[in-house]
Amino acid sequence: MDNEKLSLPQYDIPEDIQNAVAITTLDRLYNWGRRSSVWPLMFGLACCAIEMIAAQASRYDMARFGMEVMRPTPRQADMMLVSGTVTKKMVPAIIRLYNQMPEPKYVVAMGACASGGGPFKEGYNVVAGIDKFLPVDVYIPGCPPTPQALIAGMIKLQEKIDRQSIKKVSWYNGKTKEDTNFVPIPILGPDLIDPRRSAEIKAAATVQEGA
Amino acid sequence: MMTAPVQTQTVDLVARFPGVVAAETRPGYTGFVVEKEKLVEVATALRDEFGYDLLTAVTAVDYLPENKMEVVYHAYKTTGGPGLVFRVQVPRVDPVEVPSLIHVYPGVDLQEREAWDLMGIRFTGHPDLRRILMWEGYEGHPLRKDWKEPFYEEEAKPFKSRWPEGKHILAEERNPFNDNLKFPPNFDPEKWVPDNEESLYAALKRYTVESEDGMNTDRIVVNMGPHHPSTHGVFRAALTLDGETIVGLKPVVGYLHRNHDKIGERNTFLQNMPYTDRLDYFNSMSNNLAYAITVEKLMNIPVAERAEYIRVIMAELSRVQNHLIFIGMLLNDLGAMYTPALYAFEERELILDIFEEVSGARMMCNYLRFGGVVRDVSPAAMHKIKDLVFDRLPAKTDEMERLLAENEVLVARLKGVRVVDAETAVKYSVTGPVLRAAGVPYDIRRADPYSIYDRFDFDVAVRQNGDMYDNFMIRVDEIRQSLRILGQAVKQIPDGPINSQKPQYQVRVPAGEAYGRIESPKGELAFYVVSNGKPNPWRYHVRPASFVNITCLEQMCIGTKIQDFVALLGMLDIVMGELDR
Repeated sequence: MDNEKLSLPQYDIPEDIQNAVAITTLDRLYNWGRRSSVWPLMFGLACCAIEMIAAQASRYDMARFGMEVMRPTPRQADMMLVSGTVTKKMVPAIIRLYNQMPEPKYVVAMGACASGGGPFKEGYNVVAGIDKFLPVDVYIPGCPPTPQALIAGMIKLQEKIDRQSIKKVSWYNGKTKEDTNFVPIPILGPDLIDPRRSAEIKAAATVQEGA
Repeated sequence: MMTAPVQTQTVDLVARFPGVVAAETRPGYTGFVVEKEKLVEVATALRDEFGYDLLTAVTAVDYLPENKMEVVYHAYKTTGGPGLVFRVQVPRVDPVEVPSLIHVYPGVDLQEREAWDLMGIRFTGHPDLRRILMWEGYEGHPLRKDWKEPFYEEEAKPFKSRWPEGKHILAEERNPFNDNLKFPPNFDPEKWVPDNEESLYAALKRYTVESEDGMNTDRIVVNMGPHHPSTHGVFRAALTLDGETIVGLKPVVGYLHRNHDKIGERNTFLQNMPYTDRLDYFNSMSNNLAYAITVEKLMNIPVAERAEYIRVIMAELSRVQNHLIFIGMLLNDLGAMYTPALYAFEERELILDIFEEVSGARMMCNYLRFGGVVRDVSPAAMHKIKDLVFDRLPAKTDEMERLLAENEVLVARLKGVRVVDAETAVKYSVTGPVLRAAGVPYDIRRADPYSIYDRFDFDVAVRQNGDMYDNFMIRVDEIRQSLRILGQAVKQIPDGPINSQKPQYQVRVPAGEAYGRIESPKGELAFYVVSNGKPNPWRYHVRPASFVNITCLEQMCIGTKIQDFVALLGMLDIVMGELDR
């Protein structure tokens, strides 16, 4: 972001000091820093991960948006790019990674599978979209999305970051002590058990017997 | 021009084992039916007397209407020639038991575990028969014909709700749990005790060796993956370490098990074509080719001449970009972060441009059809291909070799580090560049030619030492050979129709079975398809190269240092979409 965008439009800064002075809000400055260094978690699931690598490579070069620093550890990552089919066997690991990421954190569902199961939705080992477990910020359609589509999705995420205010976000107010975004880890049972839904599952399983 | 190897005389198993082996009589089927009790004996004879040393595929078929299950074996000779199919039929009454062949052909290990997991066939004598793609505790064996997935709608596509009526109800609304879930009646999640993978760690423990010098040392179990930057996706390995030395290893897979086999049985034959793209997602063109030749075998139709050439061109371009990526990614794994990989991706993008131009998609091409291809290659695209094949790619391959092959650090890291020797590789059914780097010149393009590979002049790349350096260099050799084939193909390609059949939504496939195999960039990729004459395959099985190749991983790793594990895994060039399916 250049000076022009960082400065608030209503203040008239004399031209000769425009390189040295900017009048802006804390939100704008803070978000400018955050949106320009969104570090993705180095995390590939399936076919989409290959297009993610292609987007990182020289022709598409996501480094232009400050997103080239892929971190293999969730502790240093800002954004989880769910790039591929989420399976029932894999989802506990994904949730664990998500829980370890520090706030502020974002989830991008890349491709049809991560958004809603895609061509594999009917499969017995497939979770029909990561949004059954995690709050998704941006969905990118495609199977797989081209690198251009992925970059468009990243720009959408930057726009979302731009609109956030530290006065309102839960992770900045200092009042909420516990992690509000903690997601209980699913359990591998006869099928995938979401602990948040165990009462519901029990009830449905009993009805099934009666029917 | 090379000719196909001399066809060896057909094996007369029936005369060798009277009363035990019967010739297959069902129309559309070939091979032999072996009595269950004598299976191990017959297999040993096949290996030792008849020379079928490479057992490539083991899979099961559930013949529900006949109330029996069948285990099908495909054996080949590493000296070349056609294969031999033998099968065991057992009544469909639990427990379904078949003797394990693991002591005759150790390469069946993971495939037998898969058949147990998905079909519920208990292989007696298998030392470590655990589930492999699903987890321990999962309910049922999903590939059995009477097992229905939670989002089950109908036996076969097109579903009536979609066509012709077009009144689709969301899958979630049809399920009692409003999700892709299925629990046994009266299941109580609160009381469920998860498996905690005790059986996995028990299996590892068996490989613990007592230290010889009398020192008592603790063995450490390290889990690498499923989220690890160097495992090429969601592969996981549980390793036991003695200090830095690997003393035991178990691959844990299934984290990308997307149920290709089950979905493939619901799909029509043609609907499976785009699904094959997503197996080995680096090489969708090769996957298409393997599936197309399998179904063409079943349908017994010719392929249009021009289409044959287009197929070869696309498959070989695919191999070139796969090997380039292999080199780039291997260097990434070894610590030369990004630079070689960026060189590789630069060339790959140019090849993907051609794929996009001919098929409309960069990665998921869905380009082949039964009898030909779906669209012609335009003169402009052909011009681009020629530029790449004659000009750019040979120069870039040389550049890659100059950059890396004599690099002191790389040579010191790779030379003399054992990957696998020829004998072990054949025993464990390893195929592809890893087998050839160990000194076995086994390339299906030459050993059991398909498509029109018998028309081209090329050498089977082979190296002798089976160390990491040979495994690395054989990829460079193979790129050169692929460019040779490409050079001949683009010169010889004739004009003409691109499909021998009329375009059709639904193909007629007569009843029978077919096993179609190709030399994919990663090894033998094969499809085993059983048709019962209906529009949908009765059984659709993928025999992926990556999955069978990792059977050997433990043998490769035991005795080496943990820091070489990543490189050894890189040598196998696995891709999870194909491995887990």
